[in-house]
Amino acid sequence: MHTAALDPLLIARWQFGITTVYHFWMVPLTLGLGPVVAYFQVRWYRSGDERFYRATKFWGKLYLINFIMGVATGIVQEFQFGLAWSQYSRFVGDIFGAPLAMEALLAFFLESTFLGLWIFGWGRLGPKAHTVVLCMAIGGSVLSAYFIIVANSWMQHPVGVKLVDGHPVMYDVWAVLGNNTAVWAFTHTVFGSLMVGGMFLLGISWYQLWQRRKDGIDTVGADGRAVPGENAEIPGRDVRDHALWLHSLRVGAWVAIVAFALVFVTGDQQGKLMFQQQPMKMAAAEAACDTTTDFSVLSYGAWNAESCHTVRDVIEVPGVLSFLANSNFTTPVKGINELIPEYEKKYGTTASDGSKINYVPLMPVTYWGFRVMITLGGIAAFAALVALWLTRKGTVPRSRPLMLLAVVGILAPFAANTAGWVFTEMGRQPFVVAPNPTGVDGVYLFTQAAVSPNVTAGELLFSLISLGCVYLGLMVVEVALLIKYTRGGVASAIPELGKKPDDTDASGGRSPDDVLAFAY
Amino acid sequence: MSDFLPTLWFILIAVLWIGYLFLEGFDLGVGMHMVVSARDERERRLMLNTIGPVWDGNEVWLITAGGALFAAYPFWYASLFSALYIPLVAVLLGLIFRAVAIEYRGKGHTERWTMFWTWAIGLGSFVSAFGVGAALALTSTGLPLDKNGDMTGGPFAWLNGWAVLGGLAVVGFALLHAANFLALKTEGPVRERAGRFAWPWGVVCLLPVAVWAIAVVVRGGSALAWVLLVLAVVAVVWWAIAARAGREGLAFATLGAFLVLGAAAIFASMYPVVLPSTTNHAWDLTVQNASSAPYTLGVMSVVAAFGVPIVLAYQAWTYWVFRKRLSSDHIPANAPFSPAVAPAAPQPFAK
Ligand code: HDD
Ligand code: HEM
Ligand code: HEM
Repeated sequence: MHTAALDPLLIARWQFGITTVYHFWMVPLTLGLGPVVAYFQVRWYRSGDERFYRATKFWGKLYLINFIMGVATGIVQEFQFGLAWSQYSRFVGDIFGAPLAMEALLAFFLESTFLGLWIFGWGRLGPKAHTVVLCMAIGGSVLSAYFIIVANSWMQHPVGVKLVDGHPVMYDVWAVLGNNTAVWAFTHTVFGSLMVGGMFLLGISWYQLWQRRKDGIDTVGADGRAVPGENAEIPGRDVRDHALWLHSLRVGAWVAIVAFALVFVTGDQQGKLMFQQQPMKMAAAEAACDTTTDFSVLSYGAWNAESCHTVRDVIEVPGVLSFLANSNFTTPVKGINELIPEYEKKYGTTASDGSKINYVPLMPVTYWGFRVMITLGGIAAFAALVALWLTRKGTVPRSRPLMLLAVVGILAPFAANTAGWVFTEMGRQPFVVAPNPTGVDGVYLFTQAAVSPNVTAGELLFSLISLGCVYLGLMVVEVALLIKYTRGGVASAIPELGKKPDDTDASGGRSPDDVLAFAY
Repeated sequence: MSDFLPTLWFILIAVLWIGYLFLEGFDLGVGMHMVVSARDERERRLMLNTIGPVWDGNEVWLITAGGALFAAYPFWYASLFSALYIPLVAVLLGLIFRAVAIEYRGKGHTERWTMFWTWAIGLGSFVSAFGVGAALALTSTGLPLDKNGDMTGGPFAWLNGWAVLGGLAVVGFALLHAANFLALKTEGPVRERAGRFAWPWGVVCLLPVAVWAIAVVVRGGSALAWVLLVLAVVAVVWWAIAARAGREGLAFATLGAFLVLGAAAIFASMYPVVLPSTTNHAWDLTVQNASSAPYTLGVMSVVAAFGVPIVLAYQAWTYWVFRKRLSSDHIPANAPFSPAVAPAAPQPFAK
């Protein structure tokens, strides 16, 4: 085979993994925060309550700082399939390109154009149009998520195709768009993203409330209830902001809790599909060497197929694995030892370059990816419950460690999302297009056969290193800006604070001097 | 008849690329002008804000062109993108920097910060314009492809005079197009200077495009390509007259028409080849052998028939909403950053 260090396949995979995971740090925040900003703007539009105007401005600012990074890194995604995975693109082009093109035409245009209108539309558009425009942009984001997950789900579970001259050819676009894998993966991902949005709101609002207490603005009365105060010297720290942060915190907590419940429901459905569609992924997720009914909570050992017998289950919950896969506690789930011969019989034993095919994904990754996802999500939801209880009297405790915990907690659902994708994508290996057990024979592709034949390790290293460095640098900048504008609070999002919002903004005023209410 | 759908999609892909060059052409050009011809910070901000509300929507034309290429012509997409690995990664880096810079430039408050992101916009625009131009030129003149459609001869086998010519062509066009755009969209000194840019710089800017289009059509253009080329020449002459006369709207429109006609002439002279192989013409990618199956093309045609008019409508509406000319007076002062958290002397907790 190739030499290990400069194997183009390996570099290409690292590159795809890194750039996609990175893209999916921006994406869940966009998907999770967007609806929240829209919620605040709709409330403001309905009630005219300035609190909601301030919330819209503040969260909207953070939303945009993040959004642009999603755009910048998304373009890379669109090009990558052709750059490093040309054989893949040739093989799947008849189906895979379609949802990608639909995403661009039907979703990205909507998202980008209307977001531009929203950003610059303050004062140019009437309040109603301005609110509608934001909802259109957010709708575009959600739609884009659907199309891209349709594409991804086709790789997990190819449907709607027949085989013509060794190539899958689409004959039923509705089967592709309605793929059950896509329906559940889409809902699961959107709710996972809402957890990110919820915890983001929670952590930052917590920090703001804490800071107000620290600065002596808010105090706590004898009955333990918060007494909101005001600091006239510093702009944007008036009494109304207390209610803004408290409301944001509670909205965030509820979003996180409800989203977790929904993530659980949809994830359960995914598990059942996975059991039918990719049994090896299921077995690897459990590090289940032998056929079993029990869910492993903790295992250790040498994690590969050859020495599978060394994996020891430390804690097992009887029956749960069967429940995850089949909704009963007794039907066993096949272990990898039983699955390997089945796979070898169906899909061969040797790859095109003569090497032996290993059908078992990297078990530590699948095993821990699955568990990290669930655990971190659970912890976040639990923390949100605790936060609701702790803030029931109108403000947060003065404890600094608790505040830091709330802020660091923002990272938990991000990590859960990453873990989920890494599990899904690496659990699919060695296939890039996993075979559909009830689909058409021959529609599958090994990752190894997907890479561009003419692209050299040098080129791949060039892109991996340059993109990696740029991404790293931009991550620092983005986080620094998020921190800066978080610390800046409402005042940094509304520099003209002090003026009543309806003087200048969204009034539809068209005086010639009022061409731009916002400018870069 | 069996060529109908592939031909339709060849035309649609040409339309998407031309749409991209037309719309993002002035965005990229404005980005370069921010470095090349703006005199001070106020002018740079003025320029940036002429494209502020629209640039992201314009960039989606590129994403759609890429997506449509993948959907309708997977073999063209795979061969072109993997062959042009290095220049396209450079384009991506340029686009990343430019996008982030536009949003982040105003969010820092030191001169170094502003300077850094200004250059990111300028260089990012330049690199992406150059790379896209090189890629399109090579699409029209061919790459050393083997039987599978993979480029042979190493990572730089694409590098030739055509690539450089195409790169310069798009950079030059973008600069001039953006000058016309700025003349239309601004008031004051920027408008005046943009108007003067056409003479003599405009002529220099247009030279590479003209050479590219003429060379490609002469090398093997159909009658249609010749007609389009002649019309393009008419458009450019008209532009020259309009520019001399200071007719800003007409100059913008005629130069735009020149782009549309010139690029259409190039695409028309390629047809039915979509990506020639310079190694062996038997290995050319063509509308017949590089496209998706009819069903996919049919589905995508329905989607496009539904989607494209709607996109055009709301993008046009955006330009309508932001139709006013801008001048430096309209740009709100760069708001000083007012931190809500007083940095000095943290107060103790209230008792
Ligand atoms: C579940 C959602 C999801 C997933 C799995 C992906 N993306 Fe994404 N993408 C989005 C959700 C999203 C978004 C929420 O719509 C973004 C993020 C921020 C943004 O601006 O839009 C976006 C932006 C974005 C853009 C820029 C759009 C613009 O300019 O407005 C492109 C070209 C892509 N993505 C392409 C891809 C590709 C090819 C992916 C697969 C490898 C991918 N994305 C994974
Ligand atoms: C956004 C969330 C996603 C993440 C975090 C993610 C993560 C990953 C990772 C870690 C790999 C490397 C796997 C390995 O090499 O073992 C990978 C591979 C890949 N993924 Fe994804 N993925 C995501 C979404 C998608 C989507 C939406 C698509 C399709 C539209 C996709 C298509 C691919 C392809 C083509 C590969 C390359 C082949 C391979 O190495 O498996 N991914 N992804
Ligand atoms: C609570 C219980 C959960 C269960 C039972 C569950 C189940 C699953 C399953 C079975 C998959 C793999 C699907 C496949 O490969 O076919 C998956 C993937 C994924 N999970 Fe979870 N999950 C849970 C919680 C979470 C949480 C809390 C998050 C994030 C906040 C999350 C985010 C993801 C993501 C992003 C993916 C990859 C995309 C996808 O296939 O949907 N999950 N989950």
